[in-house]
Amino acid sequence: MTGAIAVSSRLAWRNLWRNHRRTLIMLLAIGTGVWAMVFMSALMRGMTDQVLVNGLHNLPGEAQIHHPNYRADPSVVNSLPMPGGELLEALEAAPVTAWSARVRVPAVIASERESRGVTLLGVDPATEGGVDALPEEIIAGRFLEGVDDRGLVIGAALARRLDTQLGKRVVIMSQDPDNNVADRGTRVVGIYRARLQGTEEQFAYAGREVLQAMLSVPGQVSEVAVTGGDYRAVARWLPALQVAAGSELEVQSWMELQPFLDSMLEVQDGFTLIFMVVIFLALSFGLVNTLVMAVFERTREIGLQQALGVRPTLILQQFLLESLYLLLLGLGAGNLLAWLTIKPLESGIDISMVAEGMEMMGMGTTLYPALQASDMWMSTGVVIVLGLTASLLPAWRASRLDPVRALNKT
Amino acid sequence: MSVNWRLAWRNLWRHSRRTWLTVAAMVFCNTLLIFMISLQLGTYDMMINNSLAMVTGHMQVQHADYNEDQRMRDTVPAVEALANKVAAELGVDTVAARGQAFALASSDDRSFGVLLAGVQPERERLVSSLPGLVSEGRYLQPDDSDAIVIGAVLARNLKVGLGDELTFLGSGRDGSFAAGLATVVGIVATGMDEIDRSVAQVPLNWFQDVFSMGDHGHVVVARVPDLEQVDGAVARVATLLPSESSLTVLDWDALQPGLRQAIRSDLASGWVMYSVFILLVAFSVLNTQLMSVLERTREFGVMLALGMGPGRLARLVAIETFLMSLLGLVLGLVAGGLVVAWLAYAGFSYPGMEEMAAQFNMDSRFYPQVSVVALMWGPVTVFLFTMLAAVYPSLRLYRLEPVQAMRAV
Repeated sequence: MTGAIAVSSRLAWRNLWRNHRRTLIMLLAIGTGVWAMVFMSALMRGMTDQVLVNGLHNLPGEAQIHHPNYRADPSVVNSLPMPGGELLEALEAAPVTAWSARVRVPAVIASERESRGVTLLGVDPATEGGVDALPEEIIAGRFLEGVDDRGLVIGAALARRLDTQLGKRVVIMSQDPDNNVADRGTRVVGIYRARLQGTEEQFAYAGREVLQAMLSVPGQVSEVAVTGGDYRAVARWLPALQVAAGSELEVQSWMELQPFLDSMLEVQDGFTLIFMVVIFLALSFGLVNTLVMAVFERTREIGLQQALGVRPTLILQQFLLESLYLLLLGLGAGNLLAWLTIKPLESGIDISMVAEGMEMMGMGTTLYPALQASDMWMSTGVVIVLGLTASLLPAWRASRLDPVRALNKT
Repeated sequence: MSVNWRLAWRNLWRHSRRTWLTVAAMVFCNTLLIFMISLQLGTYDMMINNSLAMVTGHMQVQHADYNEDQRMRDTVPAVEALANKVAAELGVDTVAARGQAFALASSDDRSFGVLLAGVQPERERLVSSLPGLVSEGRYLQPDDSDAIVIGAVLARNLKVGLGDELTFLGSGRDGSFAAGLATVVGIVATGMDEIDRSVAQVPLNWFQDVFSMGDHGHVVVARVPDLEQVDGAVARVATLLPSESSLTVLDWDALQPGLRQAIRSDLASGWVMYSVFILLVAFSVLNTQLMSVLERTREFGVMLALGMGPGRLARLVAIETFLMSLLGLVLGLVAGGLVVAWLAYAGFSYPGMEEMAAQFNMDSRFYPQVSVVALMWGPVTVFLFTMLAAVYPSLRLYRLEPVQAMRAV
């Protein structure tokens, strides 16, 4: 039997090149289709990755601990004490790699001329870096130096809107737990730039202890951001943390905190598959056409083979093998082409032309295509499975030919 | 000439299965293109109108520096009078004056920074869709003074309901301390968290008192009946402004630059996808025509030997392609038209859409735009490309030697 397969595979290979023009055109078509599948999905992956990274950066962390009411009512009233005891142990244990406790309250910042609503973050500069929540770049002055740093760090866009600059005094106003206006004058010690202008306008950083004193909540924080270094592997450490935090506190992963990001990933996976199938459908007409023609041309030959005692399954096998070779060659060419076109682009495609439009979708000004092996496998799977399915009908018809009539065909 | 056409038509059906497969490729591609393009265009119109109708309007008159940094001091003097002048010039009453200031809003329990907008109640109704979205209480009325309408999320965050009082702390136009006290008379629920978190509207006159604005405001917002008329309206309003003033007229593109760019980038990625489809179909047609030329080598040889010029043979192949492509075009148009017509009636949605839509201020169902452009663009391009695909097979005919061709197997 193995001999039969060897023969039909050799036959199929030779048959493929009997009409090399047709085969080449078909290869070109399959190659282009596969290239488009892989290239476009790499671009789309790049986009979603970026939206996700930006989203997690602003969150920050892959999970957060809050007072159960904080998310519905982000007020200083709904604070939690600094982690201690069992929770602290869980936070220090692997695979959690870093955590940061922060005060996060809505506030108003007023310069001599302007005032703006912001989200005021009281942070510990030493731990913020661990959860990747530090501003991307300080363009003037410095970042905070400790939890008791009395300065304020704001975004470049906010500085412009407030008509203020490095070293100038501003007043920050928020409320304490008794709903008295808590305010203090402070000095802008640093100005940062972020990937998104929206971020620059929204977040202002102050020392955690300074903010706690201003809001009269010593030792209290609004949220604890936790990270394990890989956003796909949150489930490995989240349950332990939830147990340690007890029922008094709410521990949520980024999927729960930002359901939008999570659903975006799902929509994208679905969309990539649909995209590939649709491209394949456009291809399949040509593929089936080619095979139908091949069968038509070789009707007499098939009749002869049958008359000589070749079983129908072997003829079916021959045509399917021919189609498989065609698909594999096309896949090889398409994937290679996609790899060759994506590699040079991986350092980033400048899309600052449409930056503000991209920002609406939560992206920065550079697009980094992300070539994932899984996408290449998915396109290969789609093409082979659907390709063989589409070839089944012409191949089956070939195997069912009536030998006498086929031989007599002119 | 009609012999050529009849010959071409008959040749097509010598391999009816092959022809149908090729036509099916075109029909599939055309239907898909019609569906996607009309969906895309429909989404853009919806995006533009939804985002502009709430707050921005089609155009605004502002101080030249206001759009960039929104500073309190970059005002429009005599803003209500200017709004009247703009309305008279454009011949529409959808023009309104607004003032805007950031302030710390405090209820009994909570404080939040808000962007407080002073509006002309009777005019605002005509310009913005927000007044129509009041879910509790009522919208502002012309004789209101210290009344405020806020968004539902803001109301929840501030823990206030109808009849509760809010105090405002901020700074006035001259940098002085500004404070005011207003009563909540209405709550707006748009269903979009971003908007519901930020809406806070008070009557313009009260706003001007509290923030020491005099008769100044920050913007004059205008809406015109149709997006197409915006450019003309901007030019006409620009002539109204005194030449030495620092005022300027901005259209929606300048006010929300993200919008058009988002559309442009989406279009660009769409075109890449469409070109791939069209290319694949063109390959399919190329293959079919090449095959039909190659297998007829003997026949063509005979025709050449009978004195028919290669030009006429090439024409024959071109006519075949033309007829086939035309068939694909017509059937594709019918199929695509039916799909779009049905969707225009039923709407279109896919799983996960709703969260995405909420994020981008969009309806969770799409309605495709049925227009000549959306219907014709795809099929016509496919048609042109498939005609191009016939060039190579036709050129081969010129290289045909009659004697050799007749001997070909």
